[in-house]
Amino acid sequence: MKLMRNCREITALVLQAEDRELGVGERLAVRLHMLVCKACPVFGRQLQLMRRASQRWRQYSEVGTEDPGQRR
Amino acid sequence: MTDIAAQLNGLRPQLLKFARLQLRNASWAEDAVSETLLAALERPQAFAAQSQLKTWLIGILKHKLIDQIRRNSRELSSTPEDGLDLDEELFQADGHWRDAPKDWGDPEHCLQQLDFMRVLDLCVERLPGQQGRLFMMREWLELDSEEICKELAISPTNLWVMLHRARLRLRECLQQHWFDEQGRGGDAATKREQA
Repeated sequence: MKLMRNCREITALVLQAEDRELGVGERLAVRLHMLVCKACPVFGRQLQLMRRASQRWRQYSEVGTEDPGQRR
Repeated sequence: MTDIAAQLNGLRPQLLKFARLQLRNASWAEDAVSETLLAALERPQAFAAQSQLKTWLIGILKHKLIDQIRRNSRELSSTPEDGLDLDEELFQADGHWRDAPKDWGDPEHCLQQLDFMRVLDLCVERLPGQQGRLFMMREWLELDSEEICKELAISPTNLWVMLHRARLRLRECLQQHWFDEQGRGGDAATKREQA
């Protein structure tokens, strides 16, 4: 298990965490990287925003009263 | 037109929009929506009891879309565009970011805006076929990875690769069509016309 990984590898793991549970070694590698990297925590927050946006989008699909397609 | 017919007719374009986003095939989307409306008409009592008609119809539509995905699963294949990966553009050879991700600020600020939802519509629509389908199955139909792999007979690794690409593309699109615009102070409406 590789402990120190680069931004590209960490980004891949953080993305996969949206769709599967990471192993403990993977979680540790992400946590360690986040301590020393400035860029990846920002990416993590973007992904968090996207997750909440999806949730909001689902609600909007059910109760939105207008069709944005018609106004485009 | 009767009241029921008028209501269904009014909601049909919105149902069709999501059916198309999910299936990426106009005729299957039409079928799924017709099946949804038929199912609603077959249950007039349930229909009358709905205070949230659209919520109820979207719920039915989601089931019909899963039926369509099952029925057509063999034809739901990737296109060359689905193979495009943003990784090379985002990262240097040594795995560092080329450009550091930008701070998107307070999530609530954008999530409360209808215009942001429209940009999201646009960005999901722009995903390549299979990426879009899988992203919708995961985020809109809320299926878990295992179910998606089973329905489409794809491997988990293949699914994760496609979702990885889809999410990175979506992020790029949101950056470009929302956050960059906000930073520039342009309002969402004029931006969409330019898009």
